[in-house]
Amino acid sequence: MLTFFSKKLLELIPTLIGISLLTFFLVRIIPGDPVMMMLGERGSDPALYLEMKKNLGLDLPVYQQYLNYIGNMFHGDFGTSLVSKTPVLEEFWNRFPATLELSFVALLFAFSFGLVFGILAAVKHNSLWDYLLMTFSLVGYSMPIFWWGLILIIIFSVGLGLTPVAGRISMMFDFDTITGFYLIDTLINTELIEEEGFAPFVSSLSHLILPAIAMGTIPMAIIARMTRSSLLEVLHEEYIKVAKAKGLSPFRVVVVHALKNALIPIVTIAGLMFGTMITGAILTETIFSWPGIGKWLVASINARDYPVIQSGVLIIASMVVVINASVDLLYQYINPTLRK
Amino acid sequence: MDEKTIKRFFNNKSGIIGGGIILILVLFALFAPLLSAHSPTIINSNALTLPPFSEGHFLGTDDVGRDLWSRLLYGARLSLGIGIAVVIISSIIGTTLGLFSGYFGGKVDWAIMRITDILMAFPSILLAIVVVSVLGPGLTNAVIAVAIVAIPQYIRIVRAAAMVEKNKDYTTAAINFGAKDTRIIFKEIFPNTLAPLIVQCSLGVSDAILNVAALGFLGLGARPPLPEWGTMLSDSRAFIQSAPWMVTLPGLSILIAVLGFNLLGDGLRDALNPKLKN
Repeated sequence: MLTFFSKKLLELIPTLIGISLLTFFLVRIIPGDPVMMMLGERGSDPALYLEMKKNLGLDLPVYQQYLNYIGNMFHGDFGTSLVSKTPVLEEFWNRFPATLELSFVALLFAFSFGLVFGILAAVKHNSLWDYLLMTFSLVGYSMPIFWWGLILIIIFSVGLGLTPVAGRISMMFDFDTITGFYLIDTLINTELIEEEGFAPFVSSLSHLILPAIAMGTIPMAIIARMTRSSLLEVLHEEYIKVAKAKGLSPFRVVVVHALKNALIPIVTIAGLMFGTMITGAILTETIFSWPGIGKWLVASINARDYPVIQSGVLIIASMVVVINASVDLLYQYINPTLRK
Repeated sequence: MDEKTIKRFFNNKSGIIGGGIILILVLFALFAPLLSAHSPTIINSNALTLPPFSEGHFLGTDDVGRDLWSRLLYGARLSLGIGIAVVIISSIIGTTLGLFSGYFGGKVDWAIMRITDILMAFPSILLAIVVVSVLGPGLTNAVIAVAIVAIPQYIRIVRAAAMVEKNKDYTTAAINFGAKDTRIIFKEIFPNTLAPLIVQCSLGVSDAILNVAALGFLGLGARPPLPEWGTMLSDSRAFIQSAPWMVTLPGLSILIAVLGFNLLGDGLRDALNPKLKN
């Protein structure tokens, strides 16, 4: 077992090195001189230009630059943003909770509706319900979310005036974050609650709903389709017939007996959806001006803020690799038949 | 494709509906100049932001008076072209790498699989954005970026199929006859990997249309005044309150096209691989 784990972990190393090389070189071929970027007009002074180039370590041979980059990373130094002059890692941690909070709520939406739709479709197999729900899922699966977000804004914000259009919380409320999750922070900050009651929590929730629906729609459709096919497979098995023959209620047979086994592939797919969620976050955060890492990366690409692009992309890609490998390991740990 | 497969496809509702949607889109794209009285790019200051069902402008006009119906028709040309271009580029590269990986195994397989792992570690839109920022924004570069992002899917699917075919008797026979590796790969193994490849190509078109439109939406794809649906959507964001049809129509077109290719892909999968159907 242990050798199996360590073998899997060793396999990650070349991938991680490849990712770091790719981000390192991609950023270096992006047009635009980072030294000129930092200096602006002052860059026309050759002495100042050379000094800055040396300070940034850009006068060294490329392989030396790469080794320095990797070495610094192990000391927790991921570079400094050219635009804001703050360390990239600090910027990342400032924004990551916003994306994580959005993703959690989006996944909650995706799972609750996806599971219910999938179960209904499987139980009412080949009925009108089945067709309607699966058509609905296929539309959700094909949804251009950057458009879907705008449509939600047109209906709920512009048309009905129910929800705000942009941001995480009303500008009125100013407070120190503890967890970075506004839904939690607005509930545990006693000072804030004394002053404003539950208004900040409600404000944060109403800002969160539309982006979470926009981001959760594709995962919801995937989960609904997976749940249906996974459940249909399980429902034909002998032990389900036994459960039915024992006279258990249909609800108990489906939800307790069948779903428990049908869930394994569904949860695996959800774990592997991290990359899809980041893609969703990039588009959703751009539409709703959500201050997370998706919007941050798009902004830094537009500003050619190359340390941010390099390290931001590297951190996300590494997270995808590690999360996918963990899901994979966990799955094989649960299902020993898959170990080779 | 044998007769049974074709019969199964025509008995399959999603395949038929998807194929129908695509057929209509293709006809619209081909006959765009005949189907619209207006140019998709000419500005008309006498017809600014007309709502749908206005006289002479069946779907209304945009903020500079261009006919939306005509822009959507020409947009269908662009989106179908984009989808096909991306699939051709990514499937040729991905299939070749997948065949080599599956057939040779060993070090070749290891190297190609690590490249696949690396490419797959980047969330699709993120990698496309980075590639576009290297190449510079524009429709051609967006197509290249999206094609690169799609390559790993073809590698994985073709590799899996090639690994199965490699151990079959006909391959062993070809090897014993002394056939060259490239001949075995392309003449013997490749035709037998076609079934999953065709399904992936159909789904690949929908992914490509969606991703190029997303880049257009982020301002990194086609440049205005090209009537690309994602770029049109991005340009219309300022009019979300005053002219919501400008936002609604291009997105709906993207949705319909993507849905069509997803349905076709589902139908093809069920027809080509009946075992997978439940």
